Amino acid sequence: MRIKQVASVSITVLLTGFLWWVSSIHAAEPVVILNVSYDPTRELYQEFNAAFARHWLAKTGQKATIKQSHGGSSKQARAVIDGLEADVVTLALAYDIDAISEKTSLLPGNWQTRFPHNSAPYTSTIAFLVRKGNPKNITDWSDLVKPGVSVITPNPKTSGVARWNYLAAWGYALKQSGGDDAKAKEFITQLFKNVPVLDSGARGATTTFVERGIGDVLINWENEILLGGEDLGKDRFDIVVPPISILAEPTVSLVDKVVDKRGTRTVAQAYLEYLYSEEGQEIAARHYYRPRLSSVATRHTKFPKLELFTLQEFFGDWQKANKIHFADGGTFDQVYLQLSKTPR
Amino acid sequence: MNSVTIIADKDVQWKESLTTESTLVRRLLISAAFLYLTLFLFIPLVAIFTEALKHGLSGYIDSFLNEDALAAIRLTLLVAAVAVPLNAVFGVAAAWAIAKFEFVGKQALITLIDMPLAVSPVISGLIYVLLFGAQGWLGPWLAEHDIKIIFALPGILLATIFVTVPFVARELIPLMQSQGREEEEAAITLGASGWQMFVRVTLPNIKWSLLYGVILCNARAMGEFGAVSVVSGHIRGLTNTMPLHVEILYNEYNAVSAFAVASLLTLLAIVTLSAKTLIERKTASATRLKSQR
Repeated sequence: MRIKQVASVSITVLLTGFLWWVSSIHAAEPVVILNVSYDPTRELYQEFNAAFARHWLAKTGQKATIKQSHGGSSKQARAVIDGLEADVVTLALAYDIDAISEKTSLLPGNWQTRFPHNSAPYTSTIAFLVRKGNPKNITDWSDLVKPGVSVITPNPKTSGVARWNYLAAWGYALKQSGGDDAKAKEFITQLFKNVPVLDSGARGATTTFVERGIGDVLINWENEILLGGEDLGKDRFDIVVPPISILAEPTVSLVDKVVDKRGTRTVAQAYLEYLYSEEGQEIAARHYYRPRLSSVATRHTKFPKLELFTLQEFFGDWQKANKIHFADGGTFDQVYLQLSKTPR
Repeated sequence: MNSVTIIADKDVQWKESLTTESTLVRRLLISAAFLYLTLFLFIPLVAIFTEALKHGLSGYIDSFLNEDALAAIRLTLLVAAVAVPLNAVFGVAAAWAIAKFEFVGKQALITLIDMPLAVSPVISGLIYVLLFGAQGWLGPWLAEHDIKIIFALPGILLATIFVTVPFVARELIPLMQSQGREEEEAAITLGASGWQMFVRVTLPNIKWSLLYGVILCNARAMGEFGAVSVVSGHIRGLTNTMPLHVEILYNEYNAVSAFAVASLLTLLAIVTLSAKTLIERKTASATRLKSQR
């Protein structure tokens, strides 16, 4: 008897739940696009998506909903390659979008020429977060290799920002030594000697530094550090921007095969273009990304002035940089092999 | 005479000291167990609820009243609603076959049922990416016919079903084996049809174990993270289950909401455990009644 009651109650509950779910699917009829992005852009796209939806409704009368997926940049690229139906990708570095175009026919090889500024609507750089009062007195890259300084940076094999970090340090060392690659490698070896833990992604590294209290300095996106500094307490951390760093260009692209199949090309194209608009740039700046539009840039004084070098200046392009530094047997592997042989 | 009794007394004392520990040791052991459980289970449990209620009850409730959270709850319920009945039916069928019949490959079947427990959940998810992913074996064919499996509901269902296969079957196999087939045979010789025998004899015999298996299966189906994470694609409001949603909220520095959703999952676990204890008591009294008869 009781079993019957339990069974009938649970079936009713399940059925109601199912109907609720089904009805909610049919409620959302207008255009929906999926933006597959990387970790630190969550807050940026939350605000930008709402702004774009307003803009699109005013312009066309169509309701647009933008779904978001976030994760480590390379992992997200992998998901798109494996069939995650992204209408647009907004990833941490061009190399990850290159990987999509290489391994699939989802988007053409020349994708980076289709939007202004190498398809990077906003930029960032690599900066430091230190404990309050900067007890280890860290002001520049050269301070990171000092003995007794503990440095937190994620694993360049899996994390987009970690590659930027690595190349920024390498570029700094090249500048200091007048282009001596051996000296740069020595500098990187010294730096990674000071890294106690390699997290797999940017957010993980931030959590290690902020929540778990490990390390004297966190190397990360400037935007992530400015956000972390605001959100997690100005009384606990100081932001240090080195006098010289790399110009990081997170890139965006349409995923042609998907937008053509789903008939969303117009709205997806407009979505990415809107990133370059006054409002899009303003939102990016508000979320600590350096805007391209000078009219917006002049309004935001929170971005410290520093000397920025580009990836092209020292490393050619991402394909080359990846092959030399991050592929199996590259300089990162060599550095780690050497470090594992010598006691710390 | 005298000496004999003394020896016997000593003997008893000696035996007692072998089988029972001194009060001190017993107390130490008990308090160690309690300390351990408090440290590793109770305090984290309390922490979840205090974190979740940090901004008061309204902050707690707000965590559930946004679209993404509701969608995650909905998806989790739907996944459990499909995976649990399916595995319950399969579990009964498999346990029936294994317990009541002899056939070639029986051992292989038992091993297969156990496999999801032995395989890491991440691998369970990756299997489906390899099979149904765009670069996988069936990927091109699926794309041609516009069928989405991974990064959509079917993939999440498949992964969940895979991970939860063993729970019902594992619960039923030893019970049905120990019960043997005499009662069923008696029912058949008395003229019962197959279905009548199942409903009147088999089902009442296994009902508590079945329910227990279903509860465990349900807890895992709702709580599964690893396998689902691999095939989900993490699309907010679409393919995020509750455990995935908790991770996202936490990564967004939204600790209150993360712990609020986590507390919902925890509540579910507590309800499940209470139901389990209740059922265990029922089973115990049922078997006692039976043996008295």
